[in-house]
Amino acid sequence: MIGRLERHALGVLGLFLTSVTLVAALAAPLLAPHDPVKSDFVASLKPPGTPGHVLGTDQLGRDLYSRVLYGARIALFIGFCTVLLTAVVGGLLGLLAGFFGGWPETVLMRIADVQLSFPFVLLALTINAIVGLGLRNIIISLSAAGWVVYARVVRGEVLSVKQRDFVQAAAALGTGRARVLFRHVLPNVAPSIIVVASLQFSQFIVAEAAISFLGFGVQPPTPAWGSMLSESRDFLYVAWWLAAFPGMALALTALGINLVGDWLRDVLDPKLRV
Amino acid sequence: MRAYLLSRLGQTALVIFLALTAVFFLVRLGGDPVILFLPMDIQAKDINEFRQRLGFNDPLITQYGRFIGGAALGNFGESLRYKQDALRLVLERLPATLALAGAALLLTACLAIPAGVLSAVRRGSLWDYVGMTGAVLGQAIPGFWLGLMLIYLFSVRLGWLPTGGTGGIAHFIMPSAVLASFYAARMARLTRSSVLETLREEYVLTARAKGLAEWVVIAKHALKNSAIPIVTLAGLETGQLLGGAVITETIFAWPGVGRLTVQALLNRDFPVVLAAVFLISVTYTLINLGVDLLYGWLDPRTRREADAA
Repeated sequence: MIGRLERHALGVLGLFLTSVTLVAALAAPLLAPHDPVKSDFVASLKPPGTPGHVLGTDQLGRDLYSRVLYGARIALFIGFCTVLLTAVVGGLLGLLAGFFGGWPETVLMRIADVQLSFPFVLLALTINAIVGLGLRNIIISLSAAGWVVYARVVRGEVLSVKQRDFVQAAAALGTGRARVLFRHVLPNVAPSIIVVASLQFSQFIVAEAAISFLGFGVQPPTPAWGSMLSESRDFLYVAWWLAAFPGMALALTALGINLVGDWLRDVLDPKLRV
Repeated sequence: MRAYLLSRLGQTALVIFLALTAVFFLVRLGGDPVILFLPMDIQAKDINEFRQRLGFNDPLITQYGRFIGGAALGNFGESLRYKQDALRLVLERLPATLALAGAALLLTACLAIPAGVLSAVRRGSLWDYVGMTGAVLGQAIPGFWLGLMLIYLFSVRLGWLPTGGTGGIAHFIMPSAVLASFYAARMARLTRSSVLETLREEYVLTARAKGLAEWVVIAKHALKNSAIPIVTLAGLETGQLLGGAVITETIFAWPGVGRLTVQALLNRDFPVVLAAVFLISVTYTLINLGVDLLYGWLDPRTRREADAA
């Protein structure tokens, strides 16, 4: 968008931010100076810069720095599982619907219409309120709300790839339908799946935080950024750091993944709009 | 045109019907609202009486038939919590949500479109960098965190603005800014890329060649032809604004549909949840229909296709 070179620079910045989050997530037990869920009432609500507590402590005296690090773990875990689940399920359904057509395609696209007639966050929130709280259920809820995007994009791509000469030729040579589908069609729609996945990743992480913020999703004392922000609301007058740092971590993570996603789109599939 | 409109309205009705059906069954699968709703020390006999009265003891299919029959007439039953008609409760909250969404849209349009056009026209300038950096940041910063930080700065620290609730203009400022932030960012980026594409067209060159003032070229030739993707996004975003409203309304204690829906979900007040689902999907699909009709005005070529459809 801003010219080749700057695009790459932004992509590298995105990669850097994403790697920082990834390292924080993977090495949280090594990097964190304290147990993220251990209370210490003597040291409650200490401001940032207190010896032993770089980012301060919360109302129960838990170390905020450790909690933010562990938060990365939860955010990336949820984002990763959801993206994987939605890409496989949505991608496969879109692939089959676009390739075989018929009434299953009609039904699938109708379901997609229904889901898309509802704002994403609200849909995931409603499903979450019904299936229940916790880590596993938030992944299920986000996936149930998010798979349609892949199904739509992949189906559209398959419809056009199906008409291309090499696919027609393979079919004419007597190649089996499954082989045409997975050897000739799938590799040609894979870039779109990757681009959609990278653009959805941060959306899932932010949606999870928003849902946990509203009191659903991941529950305290699990150190998820969204529920930390939710708890921080009661202490906004006395402890700004409880709201500032988890949110900053969330925003930088989302920024990093967005930049990587934009970069991938420019390289792999410049025409795709999601 | 009329046949097209009728078939679109038919599709809309079908989508809403399916959405209500899906939510109804999800809700019923999700557990017993009665247990959660009644006091802890209640007798089993009374629970059963309560369920009998609300019709939860009937077969699921009977309940579904009764629900759809009622919904068709706009009757979603009584709120379990407020003991009022559920749809009326939701409708009462609608003006507040619409006012907030309207303010956010206005703010988005006033900020994002000029910023996008300016960035495209002065490509590579300081304006471009500032505008697009702002847009990329705006897209990444979660609205609920921005809301908290604004409350901290303007209400807690400076004491300039109220932390929440409704009242005067001052109550509108932070919620609409938070609601607008994400959408404005996307809108600005899309406007920029769309205008950049249009500026390369030959008719823009022609318009310049015949000596039109630059602002006429931009406003009349470039902007109107860039408008289709912008309007599409605006339409989609208006629907998503309703989702964003859920979070914004909760942070700022705004008495709208979004906050009511969250509370109803927390309280398992299902008649209200279903009425809200109904209202939101109606609003959302009607907005999309409006957007499709706008295309015909913006791009006359799509009119014939629409007639044929």
